[in-house]
Amino acid sequence: MSIAVSRRAFLLGTAAGTLALATSRVSAAEKLKVAGIHASPVENAWNSRLHEALLAAAKDGVIEYTFSEGVSGTDYPRAMREYAEAGNKLIVGESYAVETEARQVAADYPDTAFLMGSSGGPAGDNFGTFGTWNHEAAYLAGMLAAPMSKTGTFGAVGAIPIPEVNILINAFRAGVSEARPDAKFLVGFIGTFFDPPKARESGLAQIDAGADILFGERIGTADAAKEKGIKSVGSLLDYTPRYPETVFANAMWYFRPILDAAVKDVQAGEKTGKDYSPYSFMKEGGNDIVFSESMVIKDSIPAMEAKRKAIKDGSFKVPVDPSEPT
Amino acid sequence: MMEALDIFASAGLWAAVLRIATPLIFGTLGALICERSGVLNLGIEGIMTFGAMIGWMTVYHGGGLWAGIAVAALSGAMFGLLHAAMTVPLGLSQHVTGLGITLFASSLSYYIFRLSIPVSGSPPTIVPFQPIAIPGLSDIPFLGEALFSQTAPTYLAILLAVVAAIALARTPLGLAVRIVGENPHAAEAQGIDPIRLRIGAVVVGSALMAVGGAFLTLSAFNSFFPTMVQGRGWVCIALVVFASWKPARALLGALLFALFDAYQLRLSHVVGKAIPYQLFLMIPYLMSILALLVMARRARVPQALMQPFRRGER
Repeated sequence: MSIAVSRRAFLLGTAAGTLALATSRVSAAEKLKVAGIHASPVENAWNSRLHEALLAAAKDGVIEYTFSEGVSGTDYPRAMREYAEAGNKLIVGESYAVETEARQVAADYPDTAFLMGSSGGPAGDNFGTFGTWNHEAAYLAGMLAAPMSKTGTFGAVGAIPIPEVNILINAFRAGVSEARPDAKFLVGFIGTFFDPPKARESGLAQIDAGADILFGERIGTADAAKEKGIKSVGSLLDYTPRYPETVFANAMWYFRPILDAAVKDVQAGEKTGKDYSPYSFMKEGGNDIVFSESMVIKDSIPAMEAKRKAIKDGSFKVPVDPSEPT
Repeated sequence: MMEALDIFASAGLWAAVLRIATPLIFGTLGALICERSGVLNLGIEGIMTFGAMIGWMTVYHGGGLWAGIAVAALSGAMFGLLHAAMTVPLGLSQHVTGLGITLFASSLSYYIFRLSIPVSGSPPTIVPFQPIAIPGLSDIPFLGEALFSQTAPTYLAILLAVVAAIALARTPLGLAVRIVGENPHAAEAQGIDPIRLRIGAVVVGSALMAVGGAFLTLSAFNSFFPTMVQGRGWVCIALVVFASWKPARALLGALLFALFDAYQLRLSHVVGKAIPYQLFLMIPYLMSILALLVMARRARVPQALMQPFRRGER
C-alpha cells in the first residue's frame, strides 16, 4: 500500500515542484535549490516542522523548495538520487529507515549536500545529520506542569521508544521531579507514528490510572485530556490553538536554525558532513517553550523563567537520557 | 497480580472496548456480507480510508455528522460496485482486484485530501459525535459509564450486527445470499440471479466498511490523517474467519479483540518495565491468532467463496 501511496505522492510532489520552478524561474538567480523528501505525509507533526521551516525559507527568498511526501523506505534512495540528478544543492529529509542506503547515495553525489534526520552520525563531506532536540523545552514544561497536578501522576503518550522520544519524555519528567520529587509517572507507547485514535485511547487509559496531566508526544493525546477535562502538554508544535482549554504549554521545536546553518555552509562551499543537532538547542533558537500564562500556576513561572535563562546562558544543562522511560 | 485483575473492574476499560470495537464491527460485518455471497473483498483497508476521508470532508464542508456517515456509505458502495463489476460478471481474481481497490482508494483519499486541505502539522478539526446519555440506563452506577456512554454510531454498529444476524438466518433474502455463497448454480435453479445478488451483497458490505472508516474521523477522532486506518481492515478480514462467517460471532470477535487492546493499554501501567512494551502491543494480535486456531477448526467456509459464477458452466 505504502508504495502506491508514495508513488502517487511523489508524482504529485514533483508535478507541483515543476510548476513552482516554472513560475519562480525569473527571480531564482541566487536562491539555493533545496529539495525535501518526507517519509510521511507532511501532516505528521515532525515533518510539518521541517516543511514549515522550508516553506518559510522559500518565502524569505533564501531557497527554492520542492518536496515529495509519503516516500516509503523502498523508494527513498531513488527519490534522493532523482533530486540530486535534478540539480538540487541541498536535500533535506530523514534517513531513519534507510541509514546505510542514504549514506551510499550521498557518496555517489559529492556535489550535493544532504541534511538528514538520523539516528546515526554524519558521513563523508556531504552527509549531515540532525537530531530533534526539544528536550530543554520539555523540561521547562515539566516545571510548569508539576504544581498543576492534584493526583501527582503524570502520563505521557509516545510513538515508539527511540532515543529522540525517550530523551523528550525523560526531560519532561526531570522537569516535573525538580519541583515534585514524589511524582508518579506513566507512559504508553502506541507502536506507530500515525494512529491518533489509538493515542487518544492510550491517554484515556492513563487518566483511568490516575494521571491528571498528560505529555502528548503524539497527536490524539490532548483529545483524551480534553474529553476528561484535564490538562495536557504539547510537543514539537503549538497545540494550544487546537485545544485552547486543554494544552497549557508546548515544547516547541524549530528546524529553521539547522536549515539556515546548512544553507550557509553549502553557499560558502564548506563541508556539510557534520552533526547539526546543536542548532536544536535553546540558545540557538532551535527549541523553546510557549505557554498560556492564564492556565498555569503563577508562582511556578519565575522559577521556570530563571531556568530558561540558565539553559540559554549555558549554566544549566538539561539531562539527556535516552533510556526507555517506564 | 491483583492490580492486573483490578483493571477489569474499571468502567473505563469497558467503555474503551466498545469504542475500539466499533470500526471493527462495521468492517467485519461488511466483509462478512461480501464473503457470505461468495466474494472476498480485500479492498476493505482502502475503502475504510476513503470512508474516513470523505465522511470527514463532508462534515468539514458544512454537512451534518449523519450526512458524513451517509456520504461515506455511498462512497463505499461505489467502490463495492467497482469491485463487484470486476469480480462478479467479469470473474477476475478477487485477491488482485481487492488489493487493487485498496491501493486505489487509499491513494485517491490522500490525493483528494492533499488537493483540498492546506498542509499543516495540526490539520483542521470538526466537532465529532458526542457520547449520548440514554435516560435511565446511563445513570446506573458502573454499567452506565461502562456501556451506556457511547456515541450514536457505536449503538448503530451493535444494532446492525443483530439485524445482519437475523437477516442472514431468518429472511428469504438472507437465505438467497447464503445459497449463492454455497452453490450459485443451485441458487440459479431456484430462480435467484447469483450475479445480481453478489453485486448487491458486495455493494452493501463495502458501504458498511466505509462507515467503519468514517467512525475513526467522525467519532474516535476529529481530523483525517492519510494513514490512520493502520491495518484495521486486515483485522476485520481475520475476524470474519474467527466468526465462522456468522454476524453474532463477528460482534463477539470484534469486542474480544478490542478488549485485548484496551486491556494491554492499561496493563502496561501496572506491570511497568518488567515486560517490553512491544509485547503488550502484540497481545491483541496474538490472542486473535490463538482464538483463530481454536475457532477456525470448526469454521465452515462458504463453499463458493472466491469462485466466480459463470452461467451454464458445470
